[in-house]
Amino acid sequence: MLLRAIRAEFAKLLTTRIWWVLAAVLFGYIGLLSGGLAALFAGIQSGAIDPSAAGTGSQSTPPLGSLPPLVYSFASSVGYVFPVLLGALATTGEFRHQTLTPTFLANPRRAQVLGAKAITLFLAGGAFGAVALLASVGIGALVINAFGVDTLLGDSATWALIGRTLLAMALWAAVGVGLGVLVPNQVASIVIVLAFTQFVEPLLRFASMFTEATAGIGKFLPGAASDALVGASIFTVASPVGGAAAALDWWQGGLVLLAYAAAATIGGYFVSWRRDVT
Amino acid sequence: MPVGAVIEFSNITKRFGDVTAVDDLSFTVEPGRVTGFLGPNGAGKTTTLRMLLGLVSPGSGSATFGGLRYHDLPHPLATVGAALEAASFHPGRTARNHLSIYATAAGLPQARVAEVLHLVGLSEHGGQRVGGYSLGMRQRLGLACTLLGDPGVLVLDEPINGLDPEGIKWIRGFLRDMAAEGRTVLVSSHLLSEVQQSVDDVIIIAKGRLVHRGPLSSLETQVAPQVVVDSPDRAALASALARAGVVFSQGRTGLLATAADPARIGHIAFTAGVEVSALHRQKKGLEDAFLTLVEGSDSL
Ligand SMILES: Nc1ncnc2c1ncn2[C@@H]1O[C@H](COP(=O)(O)OP(=O)(O)OP(=O)(O)O)[C@@H](O)[C@H]1O
Ligand SMILES: [Mg+2]
Repeated sequence: MLLRAIRAEFAKLLTTRIWWVLAAVLFGYIGLLSGGLAALFAGIQSGAIDPSAAGTGSQSTPPLGSLPPLVYSFASSVGYVFPVLLGALATTGEFRHQTLTPTFLANPRRAQVLGAKAITLFLAGGAFGAVALLASVGIGALVINAFGVDTLLGDSATWALIGRTLLAMALWAAVGVGLGVLVPNQVASIVIVLAFTQFVEPLLRFASMFTEATAGIGKFLPGAASDALVGASIFTVASPVGGAAAALDWWQGGLVLLAYAAAATIGGYFVSWRRDVT
Repeated sequence: MPVGAVIEFSNITKRFGDVTAVDDLSFTVEPGRVTGFLGPNGAGKTTTLRMLLGLVSPGSGSATFGGLRYHDLPHPLATVGAALEAASFHPGRTARNHLSIYATAAGLPQARVAEVLHLVGLSEHGGQRVGGYSLGMRQRLGLACTLLGDPGVLVLDEPINGLDPEGIKWIRGFLRDMAAEGRTVLVSSHLLSEVQQSVDDVIIIAKGRLVHRGPLSSLETQVAPQVVVDSPDRAALASALARAGVVFSQGRTGLLATAADPARIGHIAFTAGVEVSALHRQKKGLEDAFLTLVEGSDSL
């Protein structure tokens, strides 16, 4: 029964155009950013670009936490907004187009439908992660290699980071599903996703970094938890308190993100999903 | 052949804030017959049907199919096919994909998709996005959706809205055929004339309350019979009727006398020596009976 519901949710996702439009923009955006920044940093590191920032030569193998992982992590640290949007659109679309009526007629077990949607979007989020990694690792490594800097693709730690990125992107799509049931108005939902991810959270994270106490809270913000899960990010590098100290362990980050997804989805079930469909 | 189940509403009530949309409604709908569910705009028809389908939770009371609530049906789409008034389609999806999704969700064979598209005459448009559909095509797609599980019960909310004359003729035949096969068919409308030719039974509600139920013919007895009579000398005719104690009113084409038999009115005119230029039984439409019933509820 649940399997049937999941198959129906996949069919819903794949029979409109939004998934590949988002996937295409995700690939282009992350590809450009990773390629561009990889060129800039690798250029500096290799000496091809102004060596005023010298000190880290390309001869010695850079430790994980330096350039390549940073570039690869753009897939999630920048790209996470895409699976959130995909998830939010999948739920708010049902309200907007009134497809909840045929959905609940075909399967009146509403909690099962929502669960199937969360699982489906979790998997689709993972697929978005693969697309984003194709851009950040594919293009990033190509550029890094062109400058003669080690791409670290032989390093198992890099592959662990890639795996954790897939998990982070999957969880983000589930967060989107939860947000969509919590705020079923599609326009409001999209505005919240964009405002929060692009403006509010970066600001909060930045502000929280300046004292120990706020940093202790700030690391539980969803974006911070996600970066902790992935293990590298432009944010942790920029932190004045020292990234590692202010961050959660990777598995803690994953659990925090999962908690956000679960809380939003369960809350949204009561707020909108089990309500009258009129 | 799928068998119809009895639909039963018992004391079902729904309030939206201060508005009592459905007020203690009880009635049954029998298989093998087409039942018209009638009432003016805002009477509570859609709300009642949505409660039946488990989409709106009743404030109190219950609605069941053969004793089971929609939520408890083991195979909902194979038991009940429902098309509700609101267009519930994603405009960017094709009709075929739309049907395929709900066939998957309900565990029905994908082969049914092409079959139901054919049944409602949409085979050639199955690959088209629903956003480009006309109102009539959407109605047909809604109907196709109800047929996916070949159900024994059909619940249709205003299915005739937006159909062209050919479509109306088609759906009337369709409803008759479905009932003839032994299915339960419940069709709502705010116009009696729209469904009059295809229904066996009527259930009439107004302001959320039941005002009449019974076979269609039972509506006729609801209105007093009238006879239209006219004369070149209308004043003389009027005084003759008045003398005979007949209640009448001025109509557009003559006098409207409250009487069952035109012969009696003719006799009154004849004995008074008044020339009669028109004399016939008023075809008091069922629609009038319907309106009388519905308006009568205003004073409740
Ligand atoms: N979601 C809702 N919130 C508040 N009031 C509602 C809601 N849905 C219906 N109503 C009210 O309930 C009453 C019955 O509405 P309903 O849609 O069931 O009528 P209807 O008989 O289907 O009318 P129509 O012929 O116009 O389709 C109306 O007064 C309507 O305003
Ligand atoms: Mg209605």
